[in-house]
Amino acid sequence: MWILVIILAVLIVAFVTIYNSLVRLRQRVKNAWSQIDVQLKRRYDLIPNLVETCKGYMKHERELLESVTRARAEAIAAKGGAAEQAKAENALSSTLRSLFAVVENYPDLKANQNLLALQEELTSTENRIAFARQHYNDQVMKLNTKTEVFPSNIIAGVFNFTREEFFEVDSPEERKAVKVSF
Amino acid sequence: MYEQIAQNKRNSVFLIVFFTALVVVLGYLIGEAMGWGYGALILAFILAAAMALFGYFGGDKMVLAVSRAQPASRERHAQLYNITEELTIASGLPMPRLYIIPDDNAPNAFAAGRNPRHASVAVTTALLDRLNRQELQGVIAHELSHVGNYDILFATLVGILVGTVVILADFFLRSLIWGGGRRRGRSASSSGKGGAILMLIAVVLAILAPIFAKLIQLATSRQREYLADASAAKMTRYPEGLASALEKIAVSPAKLESANRGTAHFYIVNPLKVGGRKRSQLWSTHPDVAERVKRLRALASSA
Repeated sequence: MWILVIILAVLIVAFVTIYNSLVRLRQRVKNAWSQIDVQLKRRYDLIPNLVETCKGYMKHERELLESVTRARAEAIAAKGGAAEQAKAENALSSTLRSLFAVVENYPDLKANQNLLALQEELTSTENRIAFARQHYNDQVMKLNTKTEVFPSNIIAGVFNFTREEFFEVDSPEERKAVKVSF
Repeated sequence: MYEQIAQNKRNSVFLIVFFTALVVVLGYLIGEAMGWGYGALILAFILAAAMALFGYFGGDKMVLAVSRAQPASRERHAQLYNITEELTIASGLPMPRLYIIPDDNAPNAFAAGRNPRHASVAVTTALLDRLNRQELQGVIAHELSHVGNYDILFATLVGILVGTVVILADFFLRSLIWGGGRRRGRSASSSGKGGAILMLIAVVLAILAPIFAKLIQLATSRQREYLADASAAKMTRYPEGLASALEKIAVSPAKLESANRGTAHFYIVNPLKVGGRKRSQLWSTHPDVAERVKRLRALASSA
């Protein structure tokens, strides 16, 4: 009899512990995502200003500027999870890169104080997105592992904790992770 | 990492206890020499406690003031603020207060404070002028690693407590050597029992001063700097930034005017630049820059 009570008590404690850790992980993933979101919005806000500044100097690059504006609109409109969003953001990043490559051909524009400030803000935002993404992906990996390993996968299955998508980046300049051993 | 934090906290407590004991013993000796009795003992204890509290709560401000650091403004130093904010996202640390040291010749940087919530990072104007964005990012990441490791707590306490004792010992010994002759000529009677004990204190201080100097050196042990370099590389995922920053800082021959022996151990690269290779290797407060750069580049190629 006592043995049954003890087994039941252990099971209840195990259940509560695992369930709570799953909830906590899901919350962390949400938090990490909102950190990325803040930085993505910051980038959306900077782009119209950038396009406006470039317009004055770039008479023959109408198409390029339009593609930046379009990529921004598509990124804002992107719905349906991290993977979809990441794809739209990557497209936006790559049009921005080609814009800055073309800026190199316009010495007057390159020296424009307004553009320099915008370039610094965009570089910083890109870095923030990259660092926030690392954090987000770490949290997603923890949650995904937890939903798959035994025994937490049972509780995850019953209470509908699903895998989350990674925020992937496919840019060639993406820095490789550094292995550090202490 | 957690081990490092625990060790720094332990060392800090040890330092405060040791410092208090030392001041109380000195107070006792002076009290005996002057015939003040227990008054000097109590006074010494209050003084030591006040110094320790001051070192803990106000040490960073003291170090910043001595280094002539001024608060950085977000408008004028937008890039510095941006870089630091990026790295707080990467490291999960709170945003430190940022300071600028107006020195256009010596690129250098340091961090001070008692914990990550009360931390300051200071950079010289020369550092901002000469380093590119990625190099600056490496330097700030190195400083933030010191913040996260609580290296700043121990370094700040060492700076305040040990620095004070070293300065007092210097002052005391000098006044004894230079002032002793005059006094002896004036009256032989004053150099009786009191004089003998003052002499004893002088000897004790003379022995302790080099030990304290050694402690300052330990505050920037090689291991600490290597660890901060490695953490910075992990944080930025770009070891080359810090490596080339260290090279640029080391190449600059200028001595940082506002740094002194009590604050030198804070900086990312020794700001005093003393000559004499063998000697500087043995007594230096910082590991060899070439070796640090080599280790960083090794990280970059192994990834």
